[in-house]
Amino acid sequence: MSQMPQPTALTKCPICEWPLASDDRFCGACGHDLSAVPAPPADQPTITMNGTAGDAPDEATPVDWPVASEPSTDTPAPLVRPADIPGTDSGGGDLPGPGRGVRFDRHPEPDEYPLAAPLPPDPRTAEPATPPAGTKVCVACRAGRVDRDGYCENCGHAQPRERDHMELELGAVAAVSDRGLRHHRNEDAFAISSTALPDGSPAVVAIVCDGVSSATRPDDASLAAARAAGETLLESLPRGTHPQQAMHDAIVAASTAVNALAEEPETAAEHAPHQNAPACTIVGSVVTPSLLVVGWVGDSRAYWVPVDRSAPPARLTEDDSWAAQMVSAGLMSEAEAYADQRAHAITGWLGADAYELEPHTASFKPDRPGVVVVCTDGLWNYAEAAEDMAEAVPLDAALRPLHCAQVLVGRALDGGGHDNVTVAVLPFPAPPQGAGSA
Amino acid sequence: MANFSKSNVPQFSVEVYQNEYLPEGGREVNAIVTVSATGGGTIGSAVAAPHLYSPGQGPSAAVAIMVDCSGSMDYPPTKMRNARDATAAAIDTLRDGVHFAVIDGTHVAREVYPGGGRLAVADSATRDQARQALRKLSAGGGTAIGTWLKLADRLLASADVAIRHGILLTDGRNEHESPEDLKAALDACAGRFTCDARGVGTDWEVKEVTQIASALLGTADIVADPAALAADFTQMMESAMGKEVADVALRLWTPVGTQIKFVKQVAPTVEELTARRTESGPRAGDYPTGSWGDESRDYHVCVEVPSAALGQEMLAARVSLVIPQPDGSAQNLGAQGLVKAVWTDDMVASTSINPQVAHYTGQAELAQVIQQGLDARKAGDMDGATAKLGRAVQLASASGNADTAKLLAKVVDVVDAATGTVRLKAKVTEADEMTLETRSTKTVRVKK
Repeated sequence: MSQMPQPTALTKCPICEWPLASDDRFCGACGHDLSAVPAPPADQPTITMNGTAGDAPDEATPVDWPVASEPSTDTPAPLVRPADIPGTDSGGGDLPGPGRGVRFDRHPEPDEYPLAAPLPPDPRTAEPATPPAGTKVCVACRAGRVDRDGYCENCGHAQPRERDHMELELGAVAAVSDRGLRHHRNEDAFAISSTALPDGSPAVVAIVCDGVSSATRPDDASLAAARAAGETLLESLPRGTHPQQAMHDAIVAASTAVNALAEEPETAAEHAPHQNAPACTIVGSVVTPSLLVVGWVGDSRAYWVPVDRSAPPARLTEDDSWAAQMVSAGLMSEAEAYADQRAHAITGWLGADAYELEPHTASFKPDRPGVVVVCTDGLWNYAEAAEDMAEAVPLDAALRPLHCAQVLVGRALDGGGHDNVTVAVLPFPAPPQGAGSA
Repeated sequence: MANFSKSNVPQFSVEVYQNEYLPEGGREVNAIVTVSATGGGTIGSAVAAPHLYSPGQGPSAAVAIMVDCSGSMDYPPTKMRNARDATAAAIDTLRDGVHFAVIDGTHVAREVYPGGGRLAVADSATRDQARQALRKLSAGGGTAIGTWLKLADRLLASADVAIRHGILLTDGRNEHESPEDLKAALDACAGRFTCDARGVGTDWEVKEVTQIASALLGTADIVADPAALAADFTQMMESAMGKEVADVALRLWTPVGTQIKFVKQVAPTVEELTARRTESGPRAGDYPTGSWGDESRDYHVCVEVPSAALGQEMLAARVSLVIPQPDGSAQNLGAQGLVKAVWTDDMVASTSINPQVAHYTGQAELAQVIQQGLDARKAGDMDGATAKLGRAVQLASASGNADTAKLLAKVVDVVDAATGTVRLKAKVTEADEMTLETRSTKTVRVKK
């Protein structure tokens, strides 16, 4: 931001010849006040010798006045301003008056500080002091620049992070993850990949994990689990491990990865409101030309939706949750159980504080083509029954898995987006691999 | 090879303790900001941080000692003698090369040493001369502290030094000038030098002494027994000699639409800073913190942010440390802390109170109820005093503030500390009451 106090460009104390540093204000040996000495007339060095790099003063101006040069109104350069679009009146006709007569909606708050600097140029006539290339403008207020910490310099709002919305498509498989509308960060993660079995037939893999919010670093837990499981499958499937066994191993590997987080110092360092070992759920699916394998721990799910909608869809996983346990024990009907406050309390998860790791896996041989929807509860809360899920899945899901995943995430957001949403879509049977995708 | 580009400014670090989670519609964000300065190079860090100065030297400094010489200092006569000895002890503690002066304070201020509107530079000769000059100190006259401070300011300004500090001793009320005059003098001196203030005996006004220390960012204390003055003066001077950087300000940036509810220092003492803000740029303001040596202080920052939707996260304040320069710019000391707000529908997260915030909220209340309790007691409101001091006992005991608890026990009989049940003592010495009042703002840090 601001420059150091004007350094005296002396290399030696004029009184005692003691060597000086550029930012000394007094001689270290005799105490002589160096600022009293006029600096040599020529060429004042402007190199900053200390490490704190300023805010990239790429202009040649000697003094950086962030206040005056900032566009203090609401029109950063790259935006379409109201005046750029011909306005119409409520009847649809042209507006009266000169074409450039559109006023800006200024921010309601008054100028807080009467600046001594001249008024900023009229943004309609002069290009607003273009933020230097690469300057990010706040997505919340559209007025402030984004500082190095990722917060707006004007309204303070955090800027979207990479994980807030992620999309990935790899040949036949696609996944979309979104922060949702109520949570401040995306604690879901996914991993998708495709590989080949030893006989050369394709295998498509999708892993989806949901971080447990009440634990520390849930976002790191889900990411670590998804990565570890995905990598384990990519290693074991080409070696000929049975996909169901491979899925089991992958969940164990994911669990190890999450457990390892608990020992990291960052876990203790985070000032979280509650300190719990990092934890997450996991659900994964492997699809080959003849086999469909799912594996899970927790309440993230996989659904089977056949291409021919006259055939029944199905849920392929059984939640490790209070509600599911109540139902399976015959203590409550499904409707009663899911209406209960405790419905979503999970009884199984990956994490150092899990009671006992019980990876569930299942293997299916569907007799017809379809898609597997692998998702977190952020989606299935809005389409719990297999029939509802099937209804939400577009008819061309097997051909356009990314589009299908986007549609399903959109459905969750339309429903309220109360949680992070992550959806992976895998067509069955796994299509032969395209050229080049090893 | 010595690193000549290293200045002697200590390394500052900032840590923020808060619960950033707010419920839907929540607006108030509280945070405790711990600021630590280390490795400046004068005290105890000569090995760790080699610097320009030869041993025994520190940053250039100037100190003015203001000794009350009003007539009351002769009652008892030991008071004057002890003040003289204490001043001599303080002068002995001066580092070689430090500029200094001694001022004799009555209803006017007079230079005792070296005189002529100058400052002496400490060495063995000047220390001797100063001690000789102290013999001339004698009691007689009134008390007008504003004049002492103004003279100290003039003298301190005559030397071009990094650290300017005053030590002020009084034994009586500031009777020979109006409170407005003192206030005006304090306003004129604020930011120009720091000053520790001491009251000796029990005939002085606690609020006057704490007002001086507060305005000039120094410490205030009582020295009830004049014999303890020398030790106290030595300790004060040692602390002054340990200062390495002056005029440090806490800079607070807050986003548009945010209201700062308060900023206060909460450790080592409670010091309200909210009203002392100087605007320093768009949405930023500076709060003075005075001089720093190797030390650590805590600040409580409370801001009200515009409410945002669930799931949103924003920066509620950015805290940094700067040295404002006369030309309006500022030297940034490099450390910063972020105070955040995150809206969540997780009730467990949004309703928990950060332990540091809770602790210092209690310490600030402790200082406040002691003051209110003593005021009520003076006004004859015994029920009010019992209630307030009872609450103080409860807070002091719960937070482990043992020093304050001991002082309270001299003013009230504690029946049950946990519930704050107390009885006012029938007879309380003036010294005990004044000690409690003067030290009521001392806090303890949270147990980790």
